[in-house]
Amino acid sequence: MRLLNYFRGETFARGIHPPQHKETADLAIRRLPFAPRMIVHLSQQVGRPARPLVKVGEEVLRGQPIAEADGFVSVPHHAPVTGVVEDIRLHATANGPWGPAIIIRTHLGSTQEVLWEQPHEIAALDEEALIEAVKQTGVVGLGGGVFPTHAKLKVPKEYPIDTLVVNGCECEPYLTSDHRVMVERPQHLIAGIRIAQQLLNNPRAIIGVEDNKPDAVEAIRKHLPADGSIAVEAVPTKYPQGAGEMLIKTLTGREVPPDARAYTTGAYVQNVATLAEIGELLPRGRGFIERIITVVGSGVERPGNYLVPIGTPLKFLLEQVGAKGDSIQVVFGGPMMGSAVASLDTPITKGVGGILVFRGKEVQARASRKTYPCIKCGECVESCPMGLNPSTLGMLAIKREYQTMADGYRLGACFECGSCTYVCPANIPLVQHFRVAKQMLRRNSA
Amino acid sequence: MNSSIEILTGPHIKRTRSVEQIMRNVVGSLLPICVFFVVQYGVSALLSIVVVTLSCLATEKFFVRLGGQSGDLNDWSATITGLLLALTLPPGFPLWMGAVSGTVAIALGKAIFGGIGHNLFNPALVGRAFVQAAFPVAIATYTPSFLPGRFTDFIPSSLALPLMAPADTVAWLHSMSYDALAGATPLAKWKFEGTLAGVSELATSLGTHMAVGPSPLLIVACSAYLAVRGFLDWRIPAAVLGSAACVAFALYGWDPHRFPDPFFVLFSGGLVLGAIYMATDMATSPVTPRGMWIYGALIGVLTVAIRYAGGLPEGVMYAILIGNAMTPLIERITQPQAFGTSKKKEKK
Repeated sequence: MRLLNYFRGETFARGIHPPQHKETADLAIRRLPFAPRMIVHLSQQVGRPARPLVKVGEEVLRGQPIAEADGFVSVPHHAPVTGVVEDIRLHATANGPWGPAIIIRTHLGSTQEVLWEQPHEIAALDEEALIEAVKQTGVVGLGGGVFPTHAKLKVPKEYPIDTLVVNGCECEPYLTSDHRVMVERPQHLIAGIRIAQQLLNNPRAIIGVEDNKPDAVEAIRKHLPADGSIAVEAVPTKYPQGAGEMLIKTLTGREVPPDARAYTTGAYVQNVATLAEIGELLPRGRGFIERIITVVGSGVERPGNYLVPIGTPLKFLLEQVGAKGDSIQVVFGGPMMGSAVASLDTPITKGVGGILVFRGKEVQARASRKTYPCIKCGECVESCPMGLNPSTLGMLAIKREYQTMADGYRLGACFECGSCTYVCPANIPLVQHFRVAKQMLRRNSA
Repeated sequence: MNSSIEILTGPHIKRTRSVEQIMRNVVGSLLPICVFFVVQYGVSALLSIVVVTLSCLATEKFFVRLGGQSGDLNDWSATITGLLLALTLPPGFPLWMGAVSGTVAIALGKAIFGGIGHNLFNPALVGRAFVQAAFPVAIATYTPSFLPGRFTDFIPSSLALPLMAPADTVAWLHSMSYDALAGATPLAKWKFEGTLAGVSELATSLGTHMAVGPSPLLIVACSAYLAVRGFLDWRIPAAVLGSAACVAFALYGWDPHRFPDPFFVLFSGGLVLGAIYMATDMATSPVTPRGMWIYGALIGVLTVAIRYAGGLPEGVMYAILIGNAMTPLIERITQPQAFGTSKKKEKK
């Protein structure tokens, strides 16, 4: 089947088939209670941190802007709860360094209705106004890229877009939040696609959904407009189908050249969750204050797809879903590309689409597995979606020949999907070697 | 609540396949072949397999103890080397020479390069090449298979004392009323005598009193298990056997009197064993898919060339060793096609 797909050119070459673990696929979205204290980081996005609009002691309404974008590549942030600004100070982030954050004490008696909104007549907006309206929602790339969506929607005019690729693959194992969005909120997704189409000069839109989610394809199909400008297509389930370049290849046959941006091929990718948020929030002029997160893993008693206010402390969330064991590992994102959080004091940010909780014992078992030298089995070469040679790259990394890796073996094309590391029978931390190599190259060139 | 957290870099899931698992499965698939070898040649073959394998394991242990190597006996790779090496030696090969070849295989074929994964040449073939040069007579002295009494009596040369001349196998065969040529391999008979063994007898190794190794069909069957489970890359054997068959077929078509038919070429000697179990040695073959085809084809062509034009009747060993030597070069010129660099047509 896999070979057949490849020869029919229906998907990208190579890739891997890890066990799916989509245990939460059928669990409907549920709302998590509001935490007594919310921590809204000013930098949850690529680009400059937002600037606070509120002062300590000020009362804020749920949905009210509390920080404004600082420049074009930046986004505003909104109050996730009705409450009082308790402090504006440095706070721990998921990956270690502390960053400025607005701390809000929740009014527990409040109904927490969203009262703050500025409705738009979308069809009447010109391009600039529409991009500004997108910016005011505070939405960033929810697939994990966290690049401000309004900035991504401003494509240089010399590159006309003919295909809007809507990414509903959710190829990471365990994660099902995009799946639930497609099943439960297809109307928002279609509305979001309409807005993106309007901004991109009306390209055709194709929603690519991995064929392990037939119910999502069915739900979307019922909401497709009759004019045929939006289509949904089931694509082969294979990791990393949800990487932008891979989905473009699968749906259009185009390959994004190395070092080029996807839009230079006339294809443009947005994630389903991002567009669904735009579709839901923008017409009413609301801000992005809560998102759908899959919480799952061996260390969770009540896994599910939860609607979580941005800024909810991780510790509070883990108490709500019941984290088991006295030693755990918490991963923000999927098991392939997500990263382990450095501290349980960190809050949920806009980029977190999945929270995996593994028991410490399992993690220790994985960590204690023996590592061998490369036996050159070639499994990594057969798995790399970018057509690189991780085996040779890995050996060069051990010898610290970073420049050779970049010049001779296209290290720069690696987007760290982790496929090589997943398959390696010698248990070599290849992707970790590549991250270090890239970091060293950046340092050397600086 | 949770008292401690683990921080480990991603990916956070991992396929369970490990080096040990691959090697263990290769050993498992070799066992039926070894059993058949013992059925063919009796206690001599059994003791030869045991001694050669133990010498490999002992040498491996010594070098691992010596330090600086990440391998160990429980990765099973030295066991594979031992079993394969024993299968390529004549069943009546003096045991002490077998021990020398096993020691050399691991010491000079593997440990000297840094152990598992670092070796440039297939260790089993390094060991065999060494004894081929050191003991040219003993390594060319075969005995017929399925001799009566093979389970009770040793082939006399097996028990030769170290550094002593082995017992005269030809005289022993005479005493059992076999002629001196009974011990010649089908390839040697073809090379020096011009007689061809039957294809079905070669393929099954069930012919009466032939000096042949384990059945090529059995080897194919055992390796099919590995290929199906994904422990063996089928492309290299396909390239080796395919290219050897093509060259043999072309020459046979050109002059059927001078050259043997392609089936004889495929099933005689150690070609099937070498193509499936030795050319595919992961550390010494290319990692790139296109490289595997080139490497395999090179070995197949070289095997036929050495057999037809060289002084020795068999050429598989040297063909694979030359292939091993070419591997880094082949890899360099066959790097995979990077994403976005090919000119493919657009869909729809």
